[in-house]
Amino acid sequence: MRTTHLEDNFQQKIDAEERIEPKDWMPETYRKTLIRQISQHAHSEIVGMLPEGNWITRAPTLRRKAALLAKVQDEAGHGLYLYCAAETLGVSRDTLLDELHTGKAKYSSIFNYPTIAWADMGAIGWLVDGAAIMNQVPLCRASYGPYARAMVRICKEESFHQRQGFEIMLTLSKGTPTQKAMAQDALNRWWWPSLMMFGPNDAESQHTEQSVRWKIKRFTNDELRQKFVDATVPQAEILGITIPDPDLKWNEERGHYDFGAINWDEFWQVVKGNGPCNQERMEARIKAHEDGEWVREAAMAYANKQSQKLTEQVA
Amino acid sequence: MSAEEWPLFEVFIRSKSGLHHKHAGSLHAADATMALENARDVYTRRQEGVSIWVVESKHIAASDPADSDAFFEPAKDKIYRHPTFYDLPDELKHM
Repeated sequence: MRTTHLEDNFQQKIDAEERIEPKDWMPETYRKTLIRQISQHAHSEIVGMLPEGNWITRAPTLRRKAALLAKVQDEAGHGLYLYCAAETLGVSRDTLLDELHTGKAKYSSIFNYPTIAWADMGAIGWLVDGAAIMNQVPLCRASYGPYARAMVRICKEESFHQRQGFEIMLTLSKGTPTQKAMAQDALNRWWWPSLMMFGPNDAESQHTEQSVRWKIKRFTNDELRQKFVDATVPQAEILGITIPDPDLKWNEERGHYDFGAINWDEFWQVVKGNGPCNQERMEARIKAHEDGEWVREAAMAYANKQSQKLTEQVA
Repeated sequence: MSAEEWPLFEVFIRSKSGLHHKHAGSLHAADATMALENARDVYTRRQEGVSIWVVESKHIAASDPADSDAFFEPAKDKIYRHPTFYDLPDELKHM
């Protein structure tokens, strides 16, 4: 009886667009859904640093290098905002990291693709960050306060990410034929994985319905994917490069672009760990964590010693 | 997992002088000095602040949302604390 009453109150608050804060009562499933989604999001920011980190030392100019470095630093920051938001739900940072390192928690599959050319930095900023922004803007109004606030901060910072990516693509596509071909090749490789970033079709998405009711999600996967395609096609036209989809065409009746079928087998293969870089990403992540262990320990030992000294002085 | 987890700090930032410090978020650090430096790097990468406070989260006492109705009840029936409660003539332009 009592739980039903609490659940009704909870849903009423959500329906009234009130935010849920850490100490408020919430259904266990709401808490679990949020921990899963927020931590997965945090892991994506952190693992997402790896494919771009690959090009920092090889950026073609100092301007590009400074921008890429700043972008990767932002991603570290975004990961931290999100871990903290997840921790307000009662899960420890160590547990979250452990779940990433043991493969229990997922991160966005897009980061399991390799960055083999400089143009990939352009395509990632333009498409991957573009898709992320499409996903993240509605999350600024998510029903859970700490998550929504973290997303506001992230969205503010992320608009530069997409613009710097587009600028890279623009420079390449206005450059020599080889440079233009490089931009086209990057688009060819990143287009479909970017569309997959929105997740399975609505009919196959197991979490969407409940998440929409709880106002964690405001739009379904397919709605966001369509928005992304509609926004991106004119941008590719500005660049003068071709989206690798023969079925892509404007549908006057729907007022949207139609696009071809997504290769979901590939998507699930990458999710299951069989993408081109899954193993490499996890190894790099675990190594960084393990190599940092002595630093974390030493810093804690030093802090404990200092506070002990202070206590002795007072006594 | 073997090492002790760094304590959690709450971060408050004054965006410019003259304004209050406002809660910005939280972070883990070994001590207050490191918390300040990390807060600078995590929360003020774009000059969002001129001053930072950090306090270990465990030192913050918070009201309980489950009791908030009763807790804030005393102020509920005191509308006479607001200027609009008082009936004054229209001729009185500014007060």
